Amino acid sequence: MSNKKKKNLTPTQQQYQDFANKREVKRPVFKNCIKAFLVGGTICAIGQGISTFYMYFFDFTEQTVGNPTVATLIFITMLLTGFGVYDRMAQFAGAGTAVPVTGFGNAVISAAIEHRTEGFVLGVGGNMFKLAGSVILFGVFSAFIIALVKTILIEWGGL
Amino acid sequence: MVFLWAFIVGGLICVIGQIMFDVFKLTPGHTLSTLVVAGAVLDGFGLYEPLIDFAGAGATVPITSFGNSLVHGAMAEAEKHGVIGVVTGMFEVTSSGISAAIIFGMIGAIFFKPKG
Repeated sequence: MSNKKKKNLTPTQQQYQDFANKREVKRPVFKNCIKAFLVGGTICAIGQGISTFYMYFFDFTEQTVGNPTVATLIFITMLLTGFGVYDRMAQFAGAGTAVPVTGFGNAVISAAIEHRTEGFVLGVGGNMFKLAGSVILFGVFSAFIIALVKTILIEWGGL
Repeated sequence: MVFLWAFIVGGLICVIGQIMFDVFKLTPGHTLSTLVVAGAVLDGFGLYEPLIDFAGAGATVPITSFGNSLVHGAMAEAEKHGVIGVVTGMFEVTSSGISAAIIFGMIGAIFFKPKG
């Protein structure tokens, strides 16, 4: 908690904050990193397997093979999310399942499944990108700025 | 050999994410947004492409590649149409990930029931 926020609290509240900080369970950072490394690495190795399959049997190049690979991984994620396996994996692996594109797929698909009781238009349609929306927003906006700067530099700066 | 590098590089990117979770106490939303922006910036400097050549799926599967391919699509179109191409080409390369997420999300919502 920042100092500015702390000033507005009464002494008792400050005491409580200190107390809560002391009692907070320390996260096993190193262990979590190992788990994330193993699971995330495995997902990427599976992705490599799918890529190799697409390159071997269809004519994708190394640069374009990412697209069908991502789609296939998201399809697998749909099955795992639907059967409730992905949640259990995510609890074990933390960022190992969140950072690969499967985590993006899981965020979209689990939100879609969760909100279907509110109807397909307002529930599924309205909430599908509740979690993944920020990824798309910041991805698109930063890509826009970068591409714009680069284009201007190339066109007028003779880069 | 490329499998090993995919495993190591992909694993390392996940470790970066885990460190952002645990050490900097960011929410998954903040972490993923930061990683996407990082991917876009790396591609802006032309550093992501060599990583894909080197690690294959280790670089294309993590969410950082989303930022990379957004910039890629925008730049490819910008070469043809100038500044307007930045907007029109944005999703050219990334469409598969987002369309797949939307399509399979809908299919999932139709066929699966929420648990728990």
